[in-house]
Amino acid sequence: MGSIWEYANPVKFIRTSEIVLPWVSILATVTLIAGLVWGFFFTPDDYRQGSTVKIIYLHVPSALMAINVWFMMLVTSLIWLIRRHHVSALAAKAAAPVGIIMTVIALVTGAIWGQPMWGTWWAWDPRLTSFLILFLFYLGYIALWEAIDNPDTAADLTSVLCIVGSVFAMLSRYAVNFWNQGLHQGASLSLDKEENVADVFSTPLYVCIAGFVLLFIALVFLRTRTEIHRRRTKALLARERLG
Amino acid sequence: MPDLGKYADTVLSSYIVSIILLVLLVLVSLLAARKARAELEQVEERRRG
Repeated sequence: MGSIWEYANPVKFIRTSEIVLPWVSILATVTLIAGLVWGFFFTPDDYRQGSTVKIIYLHVPSALMAINVWFMMLVTSLIWLIRRHHVSALAAKAAAPVGIIMTVIALVTGAIWGQPMWGTWWAWDPRLTSFLILFLFYLGYIALWEAIDNPDTAADLTSVLCIVGSVFAMLSRYAVNFWNQGLHQGASLSLDKEENVADVFSTPLYVCIAGFVLLFIALVFLRTRTEIHRRRTKALLARERLG
Repeated sequence: MPDLGKYADTVLSSYIVSIILLVLLVLVSLLAARKARAELEQVEERRRG
């Protein structure tokens, strides 16, 4: 069996992703549609929250992804800093726009859900605030990549920013546990049966989470390939200019 | 269509905004991928020819 580091070779990555990408894309589409249709059409209303409980199928998976995409970026950034594999730096760059969209979905659906339940669109609650800061970190990370011409310098600086931002990604996840205050409830899914949402809601929720994860994998494969192609074009054009 | 009661606007707007954002993300990624690939093929073609 080959080493995982083989995929740090851009040619190997492109070849592998060519095979994997169509299958992951199909699986992501089917899972996401199945989960959302199940959640929207075939689950009952909650006795307290009414039909707004259906927002859980978008809010929870997107919030989960917003945090975990940052951790994926942290891992690939560390690989770049330690082993200098270009594909890992490009994978982190490719993941950031997906992460920021997930963060926006979590914030927007949270605000829309919060309005009828809490009587306000926004509160400076620990979890909401740490999520807003995470959004700003995503914005800064993407802007930093765009602002620096030298790709290796950009990868170095964005990796450092990613390490710093991980503190806020961690806070977004555990803010409710750290500060036992604020409007936001604790985890919706837990190994503790008493804290967990009822099976009738949690089963389609797991399907939606799987759909979001698969969509993320497909998009990261696609966007990393795009970054590799752009890098290769840039290198060839530079070689042309040198004669 | 399920009966969403008094929260119909709340639920529907959440779904509409999220689906639009997800579709836009996929479309932008696909268009960027197609453009990057076409540019690379053009440069490689020029170098070969």
